[in-house]
Amino acid sequence: MTGEVLLEIRDLHIEGRAGDDWLPIIEGVDLTLRKGEVLGLIGESGAGKSTLGLAAMGFARDGCRISRGEIRFDGIDLRKAPETQKRRLRGQRIAYVAQSAAASFNPAHKLIDQYCEVPVLKGIARKTAAAEAVTLYRKMQLPAPEEIGFRYPHQVSGGQLQRAMTAMAMACHPDLIIFDEPTTALDVTTQIEVLAAIRDIVRDYDTAAIYITHDLAVVAQMADRIKILLRGCEVEEADTRSMLAAPRADYTKSLWAVRSFARPETPAPAGPPLLSVQGVTAGYGKADILHDVSFDIHPGRTLAVVGESGSGKSTVARVITGLLPPRAGAVLLEGQALPPDYRARTRDQLRQCQMIYQMADTALNPKLRLRELIGRPAQMYLGLQGRKLRERVRELLDLIELEPDSFIDRLPSELSGGQKQRIGIARALAAEPKLIICDEVTSALDQIVQEGILRLLDRLQRELGLAYMFITHDLATVRAIADDVVVMQHGRIVEQGPKPRVFAPPHEPYTELLLSSVPQMDPDWLTNLLKARA
Amino acid sequence: MGVLIFLVLFIAASIPLSWSFRAGLARVLPRHMKSAARDMPLTAAFGIMVIAVYILVAIFAPLLAPFPERAVVGTQFQPWDSTHLLGTDRLGRDMLSRLIYGARNTVGIAFATTALAFLVGSLLGILAALRGGWLDQGLSRFVDALMAIPSLIFALLLLTIFGTSVLTLILVIAAVDATRVYRIARSVGEGIVVMDYIEAARLRGEGNWYLIRREILPNALAPLVAEFGLRFCFVFLTISSLSFLGLGIQPPTADWGSMVRDNATLITFGNVTPLLPAGAIALLTVAVNFVVDWQLYRASGLKEQVG
Amino acid sequence: MHAVLIMILQRLALGLLTLFVVSVVIFGATELLPGDLASTLLGQAATPETVAALRRQLGLDQPAPVRYWAWLTGVLQGDFGTSLATRRPIADMLAARLGNTIFLALYAAALAVPLALILGILAALWRNSLFDRVANAGALSAISFPEFFIAYILIYLLAQSGYFPSMVRLSPAMSLGDKLYASFLPALTLTLVVTAHMMRMTRAAIINLLASPYIEMARLKGVSPLRIVLRHALPNALAPIINVIAINLAYLITGVVVVEVVFVYPGLGQLMVDSVSKRDIAVVQAIALIFASAYVLLNLTADVLSTLTNPRLMRRK
Repeated sequence: MTGEVLLEIRDLHIEGRAGDDWLPIIEGVDLTLRKGEVLGLIGESGAGKSTLGLAAMGFARDGCRISRGEIRFDGIDLRKAPETQKRRLRGQRIAYVAQSAAASFNPAHKLIDQYCEVPVLKGIARKTAAAEAVTLYRKMQLPAPEEIGFRYPHQVSGGQLQRAMTAMAMACHPDLIIFDEPTTALDVTTQIEVLAAIRDIVRDYDTAAIYITHDLAVVAQMADRIKILLRGCEVEEADTRSMLAAPRADYTKSLWAVRSFARPETPAPAGPPLLSVQGVTAGYGKADILHDVSFDIHPGRTLAVVGESGSGKSTVARVITGLLPPRAGAVLLEGQALPPDYRARTRDQLRQCQMIYQMADTALNPKLRLRELIGRPAQMYLGLQGRKLRERVRELLDLIELEPDSFIDRLPSELSGGQKQRIGIARALAAEPKLIICDEVTSALDQIVQEGILRLLDRLQRELGLAYMFITHDLATVRAIADDVVVMQHGRIVEQGPKPRVFAPPHEPYTELLLSSVPQMDPDWLTNLLKARA
Repeated sequence: MGVLIFLVLFIAASIPLSWSFRAGLARVLPRHMKSAARDMPLTAAFGIMVIAVYILVAIFAPLLAPFPERAVVGTQFQPWDSTHLLGTDRLGRDMLSRLIYGARNTVGIAFATTALAFLVGSLLGILAALRGGWLDQGLSRFVDALMAIPSLIFALLLLTIFGTSVLTLILVIAAVDATRVYRIARSVGEGIVVMDYIEAARLRGEGNWYLIRREILPNALAPLVAEFGLRFCFVFLTISSLSFLGLGIQPPTADWGSMVRDNATLITFGNVTPLLPAGAIALLTVAVNFVVDWQLYRASGLKEQVG
Repeated sequence: MHAVLIMILQRLALGLLTLFVVSVVIFGATELLPGDLASTLLGQAATPETVAALRRQLGLDQPAPVRYWAWLTGVLQGDFGTSLATRRPIADMLAARLGNTIFLALYAAALAVPLALILGILAALWRNSLFDRVANAGALSAISFPEFFIAYILIYLLAQSGYFPSMVRLSPAMSLGDKLYASFLPALTLTLVVTAHMMRMTRAAIINLLASPYIEMARLKGVSPLRIVLRHALPNALAPIINVIAINLAYLITGVVVVEVVFVYPGLGQLMVDSVSKRDIAVVQAIALIFASAYVLLNLTADVLSTLTNPRLMRRK
């Protein structure tokens, strides 16, 4: 790529305060961005990608400091430039789009007033700015572009806010925009619209951009070049197509490999179901969230319940566990109706069905050691005491591939995210259940760690003959691990059946939309999809 | 002017004292507490030091005091001299001895009251958060109604009815303060009860007592301890104020609040002696507040690092 | 707008209900009196005849709800009954003192509110600076001091040398200036205590606000610090600041009691303390009701005002 260099970062070091010490966040990263070019920054949580993105604006968050290196934007040294000069650059020549638009818009002002703030500071007449806002809102394909600016942020949906924020960033036709995970908080079907709108506007205005994300498939659609970060250091950088075709570093290859995990097909179920949900209608207050939901889970198989936020997929789990007694319908365990309220269930009924949570951080009591966390179900349900209990805990730690001697007396705070999730699994196993409900168990984890958890769950299923109910919004996970699939939308089941049948055409319209919205590694995927949909 | 000079001298003296106290603590403590001691701000070290001195004085009061608590040992309002280091009070009792015994009485009573308020308030608060439903609604509405009356006013009303003895004082203040503790414990409890690990324990079939003892209390302890410090200050100041008003701890028990009241006339003659018990009250409250502030800062700092 | 109106009416109704419950609690407290009020009052002079006569005079032979109703309707018409100790109508005893106490509270509030808000906002803006540290340590100390300590220090510093009077004598004939001068020390005492509380709370509220993502967004948009505070932080800070002010004005109510006693200020607080030691329950009840009502009304006002400043509530989807 040729063209004038717009942003140049050399040997950048950034540190973050931890108590009285300063720990490195970014360690010697170089970055070059030319005019009109889009650079994708990829990394897992803690890789320092947001910090690097903000540094491109000469900005460090409170508690962080830029300790070494050089940041030059269009010839201006941002480390040495006075604050007033940097302030003039920000918003006017370098703009920022945050991850959570809902939190980043000021709740006290209308969208258009927030839009006009920077243009007016720059000296553009408010009327002109407001007229331009409507143009941009229309370009971003916002509904009712004439009118939407006069709403307050809480009156606009998340996907629309994200587009309004991009429009706001575009207000002064900046030379550079930093996109910090702009679609991470959105559902897949909404994500497409936002991605398309962002890509078009960046191209139309010939703006350079840094696009930060943890999702390779998303960045493949947006970026000309990709830079991969790992723990504050650069792993490799290449243009998008060659990196997708031939990743060089091992770490990059492992990122690609994640998507390759798939379990072998299982034969169709025979015999009676382990758990049967029959005609369940449930909800809070007056509103029903689930409408007439029925499905079966068979022993030793994995059922994936898929849906976007608000589809009611987590509510199904609450009905099965007895936290939310249904208004109508029943849940049967091995042919016997379970009492609707968990408090009325017997210990053995409770034992049969265990749960693993999305956020391992909040699912493990931070003040209990692993010995008690894992041991308690075994003690309660199986009556294990003393040495037997201790041995069982060690056995369980072995089972989840954690070394018993060094882990048994740890607190959850002394574990990594993936290890915590493994403890959640061990706690469920300690009860020796027949069914484990996994509520988005991998969505809070980095991709490589996800992979490990999925493989572990798969191994345990084969060894112990467990049944899983997998609640997820992530179709990649479904493809990897499910035997049967239930697709939900607005509290209703849209489609269900064995995975090969659900994932093969012909689809229900919603399933089709959901499947086609999952970003693919192919850089032309978004273009082709939009063409096909149009 | 004298007061200001005294204040400057006091601060100047307490800085090296707290510094060496902190250094000493860092050396003496077991390893895992060492770094906490080393990193604590001087204000916190000063606070801990002052609290330790008060506790020692309270425990060893009979050994330290040169004269008995209630005996008249001189003429009234004697000035400071070598026998009566701080002079004598309105009835001719030794000021220094009464000041020392006051540590025992005033602080002891305030501590007992706070402990009682905490026992009742936090258990009920956590239970309400855990059980929810009518128990929570009933208790919370009742507490809301009681809290609509300012605490000192409510305490005065109750003291009118039950009379002023040490026992009623403790019970009345504890009852008034328990409503505040209930509110805090309930909101702390609510923050914990929504956690997935509580849901997991409930689905396991655990009973209320296990939930409170193993799952909630260990997690509620840190915020409740900090709150205990704040409530102690509040109770301590309330009791002192009541004593000062003549409605709290009654003579002849040595108590700082009433000592100020009894000898207040001296101040208008430029004698600072009556300010000493008031200063003793203030110093302890400052010390506790410094320590609580440090604890709260630590808690929030840890949160930032995790998030 | 309609929804907000309903919400405010609900709050007002709740406030009235709270006032009613408070009156029941204050009246009901008397029923907890161990033994009979009449015999307690008569003490040694209690013979069956005198007790019966006093009971009739106090209306104690009536059932409690009847007495409560009579008391409440009386209070609503400004009749608080008669003092048990002096046998004078309570309303007469209160009239002048209520005005004095309100004067003192307003005086202190007028000094404290602007001072505390300015100090609090500055400390939040310059957080971790020397100013912030000194202000914080000072505020923490002032909070820790009993009111009478501050009062006596001020007396020692300012009254002893004759700058200001240490005892407050007020008469209706005094001019406003004379009144302000005479009650300067009690007002200053209250100001110091309340300012410390209010400054700390303001600082915490503003810092909390400045940590929100939309403030970071404003900084990344290149908005100047002053404009960030005025345009982005302040509109959202109104609700927390209103609450801080309300809490602290309510705090003045309790603070007033001690300070009035120190400075022999002819207000309600001093009367209340006198009445408690005389165990004049009728007067204590009346004053407790006045203080509690002021407290409830303050909180209610804050509640309504912060609703009105919240754009999320004011403009529904």
